[in-house]
Amino acid sequence: MLINDFVKFALKSLITQRLRSFLTALGIAVGIASVVLLTSLGEGMHRFVLSEFTQFGTNLIGITPGKSTTTGMSGAVISNVRPLSMNDAKALKRIPRVIAVVPVVQGNAQVEAGKRIRRTTVFGVGANAPEVWQIKVASGQFLPDDDPAAARSFAVLGSKLREEMFGRGNPLGQRIRIGGERFRVAGSMESKGQMLGFDLDDAVYIPAAKALSMFNRESLMEIDLLYAEGGDADEVAKYAADLLIARHGKQDFTITTQEQMLEVLDSVLEILTLAVGALGSISLLVGGVGILTIMTIAVNERTAEIGLLRAMGAGRIQILALFIGEAVVLASIGGLAGLMAGAGGAWILGLFVPALPTHTSWFYVVTSEVLAAIIGLLAGVMPARRAAGLNPVEALRAE
Amino acid sequence: MIRLDSIERVFQVGNETVHALNNVSLKISQGEYITIMGPSGSGKSTLLNIIGLLDRPDKGFYILDDVNTTDLNDEQQALVRRHKIGFVFQFFHLVPRLTATENIELPLILTGVEPDERKDRVKIALEDFGLADRSKHRPNQLSGGQRQRVAIARATIMEPRVILADEPTGNLDRTSGKEVIEILEKLNKKGIILILVTHDPDIGNRAVRKISMVDGKILDDTLALEFSK
Ligand SMILES: Nc1ncnc2c1ncn2[C@@H]1O[C@H](COP(=O)(O)OP(=O)(O)O)[C@@H](O)[C@H]1O
Ligand SMILES: [Mg+2]
Repeated sequence: MLINDFVKFALKSLITQRLRSFLTALGIAVGIASVVLLTSLGEGMHRFVLSEFTQFGTNLIGITPGKSTTTGMSGAVISNVRPLSMNDAKALKRIPRVIAVVPVVQGNAQVEAGKRIRRTTVFGVGANAPEVWQIKVASGQFLPDDDPAAARSFAVLGSKLREEMFGRGNPLGQRIRIGGERFRVAGSMESKGQMLGFDLDDAVYIPAAKALSMFNRESLMEIDLLYAEGGDADEVAKYAADLLIARHGKQDFTITTQEQMLEVLDSVLEILTLAVGALGSISLLVGGVGILTIMTIAVNERTAEIGLLRAMGAGRIQILALFIGEAVVLASIGGLAGLMAGAGGAWILGLFVPALPTHTSWFYVVTSEVLAAIIGLLAGVMPARRAAGLNPVEALRAE
Repeated sequence: MIRLDSIERVFQVGNETVHALNNVSLKISQGEYITIMGPSGSGKSTLLNIIGLLDRPDKGFYILDDVNTTDLNDEQQALVRRHKIGFVFQFFHLVPRLTATENIELPLILTGVEPDERKDRVKIALEDFGLADRSKHRPNQLSGGQRQRVAIARATIMEPRVILADEPTGNLDRTSGKEVIEILEKLNKKGIILILVTHDPDIGNRAVRKISMVDGKILDDTLALEFSK
């Protein structure tokens, strides 16, 4: 039997039972649509989170004080831990392939400009911060590359802070107070938006040395390294570790490469998407039961036809194939409809709720269509076996 | 050529064993025309089913064109059915959702004949059986006689060696019944073995060779009589 005729034969009997076929296919369609929609949401979330992380660039290595255990989070056990100093940061700059180093101190302080007062996040950083974090200066300049011991009191405003403090006015050169100390505005930054809850726009950047004294800290909270494109993260990390061990006498710090972080994140998010996809496929199972039911009914109704086909020389295998084929065609049609509904739904959702990231991945689209066909196959096997097992003489008498 | 040798077919109904065929032997040459008559339950249909390879005998053997069919497995028997046997039933057995054309085409589709060739062959068949103007009609839009003609066209589209007709006029009025018999006889004239089961003596007497059955046995075979004379 030619494959074309095979599909036509299946379609013809499905079309004859329009309503019934429609309802059965609908069951599968709902299942596939929910798989596609849910995985679109999962995948959208996946991409969103990854882009949040990579907006600081991917060639980053972060060093935090305190030896972490397996959790990867810096426990910062204060005792016995030597602080990460400005000199450590300076030394790290000499590692091969490292382009820039940013010491980081973060805190909260009150900013005053004229009569306006606002509490905001203070980032104590180095002159390289824009390059390392991929943030851009909107006007003026970023912090100068001063010797930490004699850092001048310059400040750079995040876009939101600038707006709140100066409105449309030009902040450049203005004097402000941060945590009671006097600073002069050197520049302001372009908007970077939120990053996992941190508002980088509602922030002010000052020299790390100033921030250390402002918050009365001994140690930097973090040192970020930027290495050259194409560099090996693990190799750079090893250099940094060796260097710091030499300086501190032991490993009392934690090094996290962006690559490691992304890998872990990526696999976690992947599992999340798979999990919601699996959730959606429960409704596929229900659709499969629908096909099983309808095919069983079809075999009962068409017993005489099966007898006839056998009399015309169809073997058991051909009968088996015909009925399984019909179930697969039915499921695939439902699957296609579900795909369109799911992908369309995800698209519309993305259109009306832009905050909800959706992304329809081809992998899940193809997988769910194959899944639909497989469900049709499995649901078709039992009734088709019954059809193939019928005694032709008795089947012919069924009318 | 058909040769049945000591065929037995036994059915178990509850505690009772029914000998549907009891030691039946029969030899049929190419191109013969045979009618089978006998009371209901005498085993006529069972005999046709065995000749048509839809059923297997419990004992004895059956040779069709030098092949011992009893040795063939189910799939092999299906192939023999496909190419050598055409069934015509009392209740037509047309597929209701398919048109006349599509019903006639069905054996060709199952065999995997290319669409172009199919079209030509079905067109000729439609014309041969006077169905050209009914080609797009579904079974429920056809008269009984027309339905049986579609069924005969379908049974012969594969150019079989044997036509097995089990009371083909049982569901038709006299006129269309006669028409159907004439069509079948015309096919027989072309060399196809025609085995016709009927209750109608007028039809039964048309054949030279008449077999009558009772209780699963061949009571009378006019050919055998001629030999014995
Ligand atoms: N599948 C079956 N199961 C039980 N008994 C059967 C079956 N098929 C036929 N028989 C019996 O075999 C005998 C012959 O049946 P059949 O060949 O149909 O007779 P006919 O066609 O001459 O009326 C009958 O007694 C019938 O009841
Ligand atoms: Mg009968």
